[in-house]
Amino acid sequence: MKPLREVTGTVAVLDRPDVDTDQIIPKQFLKRIERTGYGQFLFFDWRLDENGDERPGFELNRQEFRSASILLAGRNFGCGSSREHAAWALQDYGFDAIIAPSFGDIFRTNAGKIGMLAIALPADEVERLMESVDLDSGSEMRVDLERRVIVAPDGREVAFDFDETTRHRILHGLDEIALTLQHEDAIAAYETAHGLA
Amino acid sequence: MAKTLFEKVWERHVVLEEELGPALIYVDLHLVHEVTSPQAFEGLRLSGRRVRRPDLTVATMDHNVPTLPGPVSDPMAKAQLDALRANTEEFGIRLHGTGSGHEGIVHVIGPELGLTQPGKTIVCGDSHTSTHGAFGALAFGIGTSEVEHVLATQTLYQQRPRTMLLELAGELPAGLTAKDVILGAIGQVGVDGGVGYVVEYAGDAIRALSMEERMTVCNMSIEWGARAGMIAPDDTTFAYLEGREHAPRGAAFERAVEDWRSLASDPEAEYDTHVVVDVTELVPQVTWGTNPGMVVPVTGAVPDPASFEDADDRIAAERALRYMDLRAGQRIEDIRVDRVFIGSCTNARIEDLRAAAAVVAGHKVDERVKALVVPGSATVRRQAEEEGLDRVFLDAGFEWRLAGCSMCLGMNPDILAPGERCASTSNRNFEGRQGRGGRTHLVSPQMAAAAALHGRFVDVRTLDREPVTA
Repeated sequence: MKPLREVTGTVAVLDRPDVDTDQIIPKQFLKRIERTGYGQFLFFDWRLDENGDERPGFELNRQEFRSASILLAGRNFGCGSSREHAAWALQDYGFDAIIAPSFGDIFRTNAGKIGMLAIALPADEVERLMESVDLDSGSEMRVDLERRVIVAPDGREVAFDFDETTRHRILHGLDEIALTLQHEDAIAAYETAHGLA
Repeated sequence: MAKTLFEKVWERHVVLEEELGPALIYVDLHLVHEVTSPQAFEGLRLSGRRVRRPDLTVATMDHNVPTLPGPVSDPMAKAQLDALRANTEEFGIRLHGTGSGHEGIVHVIGPELGLTQPGKTIVCGDSHTSTHGAFGALAFGIGTSEVEHVLATQTLYQQRPRTMLLELAGELPAGLTAKDVILGAIGQVGVDGGVGYVVEYAGDAIRALSMEERMTVCNMSIEWGARAGMIAPDDTTFAYLEGREHAPRGAAFERAVEDWRSLASDPEAEYDTHVVVDVTELVPQVTWGTNPGMVVPVTGAVPDPASFEDADDRIAAERALRYMDLRAGQRIEDIRVDRVFIGSCTNARIEDLRAAAAVVAGHKVDERVKALVVPGSATVRRQAEEEGLDRVFLDAGFEWRLAGCSMCLGMNPDILAPGERCASTSNRNFEGRQGRGGRTHLVSPQMAAAAALHGRFVDVRTLDREPVTA
């Protein structure tokens, strides 16, 4: 995992509640055994019609959102299936940060594991950020993980909470398994104490 | 201090805990299937790591497998199934593969083999792992990075979740099912009502349920966002477990029961949230929209989006009606179906098949309907055949298939065609879930069976049926 200290880039807005991971990446793309290359399948059924042509009405097909690296989304984003492919697809498509009023628990965890920021803010704050995005010419935003602050398109700063352990790991690009294996003694002691050795 | 069921199980599994930080939790049972594991095994190989506890890891093939006999025709599905076989061989993990006689949906075989036990921590790269909470286990779905972490360390970092008591009060009316209970509850609390919580289901209505019915309830915990769902173990739990392959035996079983009894929440235990749902007036439930919270009684009608107070809900309802090709005010009993699917980790156990067969017996599937029964495991299938349930379904015009996840998520060839409408006993009615453009209505096995016979939704309580005798 690469260290990530901040994300600066174009913002896309997907103002829909309860976007489930089946929409983020439909099941037919879960048969691959690789970990990469899922961006092309992101929101497949929403982005593309039956002929593979772009649906003009879908938010992410807007010209202004093309190169976005930050996504503003509705409540309960990433609910449903545990498929980490959803987080892989968003990251591979170009998103490094998702901001929403709430997330599906497993999706949020998955995002943290791969170094993609899933940031929860109060619903009215997300709404204000969405309103600050210029839908015609596009807007830029900055997410500063170091300071735990979002700099809105209008320059306003919005503080956010972020799980400290995950923040540390993402800031430094650390391998969680390697960190846990440093606690080998504690794990072995647990197993002995619980008759699992 | 008085403790909840969750707190007791959690505290038994803490390996390390820092103040305010996440706890390192020990995992007692790791269930693995073909779809969410290949990248995790590859990760182990790339970093030269081993599986720490292959003896606490159990694999099955379920998501991708065809339910018709013969070889796997889809090359990508085959590659994934082959990868699981190779990975389990390489790392020394038990595999209940296709043809082993013990294969089936991961959340059906775990309990059936007696692997799922009260007080255990159980994880799997599948969100419906919440099913196992029916036994008083702490069970939840994880992503592939976490699968790799558990394979390598047998532990997981977890933030301590908040606790919720969902009390299902009153007596469930005759003819109502566990599926109606959970769908009705999700309709009330909303699809994000449980986010951040581990939920304990309690109340008279829960105590009266069989183990298989409790699994149906806990299975859908994730559908309202809960990290996990749990039910305190009791005599029903112990009777289910006794004699199962991996359950303790003899004196060890007696000792285990004594310990399991102590897991129930203490009377004075406190929860962060307490919600009461009354089930005394419950009516069979049918979803009309594109998430499980979009649900109404079969006696009702498709709601008017304008009736929703929240603007987001209104827009979501309008979208859902367009996708589902329904109009506000349409009576549920006037909705015709093209397909019926009886299966999935929610409703494909032997009691589900018996209940559906009791509705079907002696009748015919509507000529415009294609109906499918997919048992949850090879064991369920065998038992159903011993009881003659396969004949009941086949005589009525159902297809009787091999075990697997099948049309619940359509990763195998069992999918809806665009525009097809399905009465399904599964757990998700998301857009495209059962096939691109397919329209899913979630119901109980009895309601699905009734819809198959009538070609539309009917209130199964109004049908006059003789029960099937085994």
